[in-house]
Amino acid sequence: MGSERRKALSRYRYFLPLIFVVFCISRPLTIAGETETAKEAVFHREHLNVLVALIVFCAFFFYFLFRSRKGRALYLRKIPGIRAIEEAVGRATEMGKPVLFVPGIDDIDEIQTLAGIAILSHVARIVARYDSSIIVPTRKSIVMTVCEETVKESFTAAGRPDAYRGDNIRYLSDDQFAYTVGVDGIMLREKPVANIYMGAFYAESLILSETGFSSGAIQVAGTASLSQLPFFIAACDYTLIAEEFYAASAYLSKDPKVLSSIKASDYFKIVTILVLVAGIILVNVKPEWVEMFKFWF
Amino acid sequence: MLQVRVPILITIFVGVFMILKFFFHVPFIKGVADELEQWCLVAFAMAIVLGVANILRINLRVVMKRRKDWPYKIVLVFSMLVMAGVGLFDLITRGDVSVGSRFQYLFEYILTPLSATVFALLAFYISSAAFRAFRARNIRAALLLISASLVMIGRVPLGAAISGTLPKLADWIMAVPNTAGQRGLIIGAAMGVIATGLRIIFGIERPYLKGE
Repeated sequence: MGSERRKALSRYRYFLPLIFVVFCISRPLTIAGETETAKEAVFHREHLNVLVALIVFCAFFFYFLFRSRKGRALYLRKIPGIRAIEEAVGRATEMGKPVLFVPGIDDIDEIQTLAGIAILSHVARIVARYDSSIIVPTRKSIVMTVCEETVKESFTAAGRPDAYRGDNIRYLSDDQFAYTVGVDGIMLREKPVANIYMGAFYAESLILSETGFSSGAIQVAGTASLSQLPFFIAACDYTLIAEEFYAASAYLSKDPKVLSSIKASDYFKIVTILVLVAGIILVNVKPEWVEMFKFWF
Repeated sequence: MLQVRVPILITIFVGVFMILKFFFHVPFIKGVADELEQWCLVAFAMAIVLGVANILRINLRVVMKRRKDWPYKIVLVFSMLVMAGVGLFDLITRGDVSVGSRFQYLFEYILTPLSATVFALLAFYISSAAFRAFRARNIRAALLLISASLVMIGRVPLGAAISGTLPKLADWIMAVPNTAGQRGLIIGAAMGVIATGLRIIFGIERPYLKGE
């Protein structure tokens, strides 16, 4: 009965997104018809530099994706902070204490939160493999829902769905400092021996990491919030700085498809450096080209 | 498969329209993208119910089973219910929760001072973190100590009183080596953002879905 129902459902698997698409398109279509008279440039010329950069990046991305599908291995340099995560989870298992994972304080529309959640899935898998436990306090309810699904899927993928504890994925508060105090409370009461901070952080970064330090936990942080990086570097054992943070999930997954995006960003960085050097030379040789270079950067 | 493909298709659809909106000024594209953004806002607003349910489920269970620290959980649930209750009461009786309302009173005289107290702790934490960070254990740490000391002295009136060069030196450290380093990080982070964005839009990285 169950399998018949599933078959019947799978027949309509594209029906739901179709309704979604039709609903989203129908209203703007009527609005577009009413405002057809507006005469404005179709293309945002001021975004041309971004479009060119995106096309170049995508070219590298698909090239390395194609290469990885052919089975060619992609090399990534070792990042000590990422290797320390496994070590920290191992220590937590030995001591019978939980691992604390803080996915930043921004909402799900922030790319750093998404990158943090991608890392969470790998950390949760390691935790499940080691038969340890993980606590994930969140500041936004959507982030909490996504973290719940992520941790549940990781435990299932590691073959330990029974070890998943839904109560460990907690929504604390939308208020920044109420959330901070809540996480500090977890650190002091439940004494996790590994604190992992991955995501977007603001003024609470040092309050969290100093409390973690005073509780004696191993601390690994990763963020692209530049103003908070010095605090994490001062208070944590390992810190993933900006692009290392974005590369961490690819590094942990070892999936060639994911690694190809890291390779693409490395090559794109080379292109950027070359363009910058060319720009410096041209601006010094031909100062009248300064405006042109301002347009591109 | 249904649970994997449908969210990926929705992600691709939304992601592509957001990118198109950034580059093109076409009323239809803008309309669809704006509509999707509205849907996002509605989803965000609805999700608060899930958050409240999570708080009640986890904390009430601890209270019922008299687990460790259960009195704190009562305080938490009570505070949440009082704030929500007073807010709703004000909405019904006054029609808003603006200045002069009971909700605003609780917010201004309880929540704001508590937040300010936690924020103020930062000053002490900065001192303890700086004490550890500024120990000259190796050449790099020594460089950090020297440059930080110069910036700190140069940014206070005492620095200018000692020598007029110190504020200029502090400004130079902030404007040249510091800015150069920060720009390098920004460029690297921007590439990480593009790579992560593409991985998510094309469904290559989907930790929250089955089959990853």
